[in-house]
Amino acid sequence: MNSLIPVRMGELKISRPPDLLGCTGLGSCVGLVLYDSEKKIGGLAHIILPQAGKNGKEVEKPGKYANTAIPLLVENLQRAGAEPEKLWAKMAGGAHMFSFVTDNDLGRIGERNVEAVERILKELKIPLLSMDCGGKEGRTIKFSLETGELAIKTFQKGEKII
Amino acid sequence: MTEQINRLTPFQIDALRELGNIGAGNSATALAQFLHREIKMEVPSARILSIEEIPEIMGGEERPVGCVLLRMLGEAPGKIVYLVEEQSMQRLLTLVLGREPGECLGELEQSAMQEIANILSGSFLNSINKMTGFNCVQSLPSFVLDMAGAVLGSIAAHEGQFGNQALFLETSFFEGDHKIFSKFFLIPEPGSLEKILGAIGAESYEQSDSRANG
Repeated sequence: MNSLIPVRMGELKISRPPDLLGCTGLGSCVGLVLYDSEKKIGGLAHIILPQAGKNGKEVEKPGKYANTAIPLLVENLQRAGAEPEKLWAKMAGGAHMFSFVTDNDLGRIGERNVEAVERILKELKIPLLSMDCGGKEGRTIKFSLETGELAIKTFQKGEKII
Repeated sequence: MTEQINRLTPFQIDALRELGNIGAGNSATALAQFLHREIKMEVPSARILSIEEIPEIMGGEERPVGCVLLRMLGEAPGKIVYLVEEQSMQRLLTLVLGREPGECLGELEQSAMQEIANILSGSFLNSINKMTGFNCVQSLPSFVLDMAGAVLGSIAAHEGQFGNQALFLETSFFEGDHKIFSKFFLIPEPGSLEKILGAIGAESYEQSDSRANG
C-alpha cells in the first residue's frame, strides 16, 4: 500500500517510491513536481504566489512563492541524493476561477504563477515535460514517485494523466 | 500588514464581531423576505486565519461547493464570499426557482445564486455603511461551482498578497425545513480593518502604539 503525502498550500515535500505526493483542490495555486527519474527521488511544491515581496526581508515561508520555493526544492532534492542536472518538471494548476468584468487581478494570480514557474525553470535549465494549467477549474493532483506520472482530477471533467 | 492583524486586541475583535452581528442580522432579514422563509443565523465569529487554513474552512477540500465572490469597494476594500455546500445549494435553488435544478447549472441557476449573494451582501454593507459613515459598494458577483479547496485556495492566494493571515467575519445562515446551510464571509483587507475600527470607535493600532511608546 503506497501512502499519499499531502502537500498543503505553501508547503514543499520530497519523497521516494512507493509514495505519492499530492495537492487537493488547486485553484490559482500551482503544483510543481521536480523528479530525478534515475534515482527516483521527487518533490512537489504547492506554490501560492509568483514572487516574494522585494523588501529585502527574509521570506518567512519560502514555499509560498515561486521564486523562493523552486530553488529550495532543488536544494532539498540535491541533499536527498538527486542530481540537479537530471531533474525534470511537470506542473498543474494556475486556474482563473473567478471572472470579473471590471477587475482582473484576482483572476490573474493563476496566470502569473504559471508564468513565474516557467521563467524560473528556464533560468535553472530544468526541462518542463508537461503541464495542465489555466482554465476555470480547480484540480486535485497526485504524483507517483514510482512511475513519474502526474494524475490530475477535476470536478467536471474527471481524471487524466500527464 | 500581517502584524496588524496579530495586534488586534480582544476588544477590537469583539467590536468587529458586533459589527458582523448587526450586518448579518440585516442580511438574514433580507434573505428571509426574499425566500418567504424563516432564516436562522449563528452568532457571527471574527476569526484570524492563516492563509493555509483557509481552504479547509468548509470541511473537506474536495467537497463541491457553490461560491459567490463579490469585491467590497470604497473606503474599506475587501471581499465578500457566500458559500453553500452543493446539496444545500440544490435545495436552495429548488426553493428559489420552484423546480429542481438540472445536473449542470444553467445561467438561470447561476444568476439565482448571484442574486442571493447580492441580497445578503447588499444588506450587510448597508449596515456597515450606517455604522461607519462609509459609502462602500459591492462589485458584480462572480459564481463558481467547484472543489472547496480550489475555490477557497484562490481566495487565500489573493489574501496572501497582503500577509500570512486574514481576518474572516463569518456567519452561518440556515433554512430549517429544507436543511439549507450556508456560510457568509466578510474579509476586509488589512488596511480596511484599521479604517473600520477607527470609524466605530475601537482604537486604531497607531493610537495604542503611541501610547505604549510615550
